[in-house]
Amino acid sequence: MAEGKHYPNKLGIAGWAFRGRWGVDRYLYTLHRITGLGLLLYFLIHIIVTTSRAYGPEAWGQWMDTFAHSWIGYGEYLVFLAFAFHAFNGVRLVILELFGGVGKPIEPIYPYKTSLNTQRPLMVLIILVIVVVVLVGSYDFFVHTKPLFQ
Amino acid sequence: MRETKWWAWHMIAGIVIFVLLGLHMLITHFDDILGWFNVLGPSHAIEWENVVARAQNIFFAVTYVILLIAALFHGFYGARTIICEMNIGVGARKFVDVLFWLVGLALLIVGTWAAIASMAIKG
Repeated sequence: MAEGKHYPNKLGIAGWAFRGRWGVDRYLYTLHRITGLGLLLYFLIHIIVTTSRAYGPEAWGQWMDTFAHSWIGYGEYLVFLAFAFHAFNGVRLVILELFGGVGKPIEPIYPYKTSLNTQRPLMVLIILVIVVVVLVGSYDFFVHTKPLFQ
Repeated sequence: MRETKWWAWHMIAGIVIFVLLGLHMLITHFDDILGWFNVLGPSHAIEWENVVARAQNIFFAVTYVILLIAALFHGFYGARTIICEMNIGVGARKFVDVLFWLVGLALLIVGTWAAIASMAIKG
């Protein structure tokens, strides 16, 4: 948090629910945060669980069996969905912030140029990419045989 | 400008994660289609033989640790951003900073140890 002038966040977490005066990108912002927190939770557990490989095949197998025979195992698919969204929406954010997606401020001379003309198609493109990745991943998850879903 | 520096690292870490976690996801969740780095063949990405084969590969040992560092920083910094936007006081923010640094460093040590230790496993 930058020190200095402080603007209170009046809406708090309620500000995630409705886009208000922002564009539809606001919902991507909300999803980015929810998926980010979900992925962080998974990641912390993932570090501890995968550490078991250092203790040999029995320790590893015990953890994998536990998840394969539990409802927690199905959460793996949610993690994949969260990854697909967070990764490619993150690419969109990096393009906007680091690679000129927002554009430099210019004089408003008719016909007006707005960064929305690049941001909106980019958003649609990214959503299409996410859909394709989710479809291919879902095919791998459900159509092919996987021990988890047998 | 201290926060700007951390924010820049947050995005750089994001790009690193996109590449390395992207590979990780292709190996573990596109295994039926691609079968990359799975010596047992498709559909067995997390079977012991595959796990140990990757763990003993110096490329994965190194990139796991890079991914661990990048993802821990990115995740905890992102969570901290969300928490700090909720109008918490200076004391609470300091507490969150210390807590996340301690938990993050502890997990970094555990994960790095696992990456090094599992290289020595006899398959």
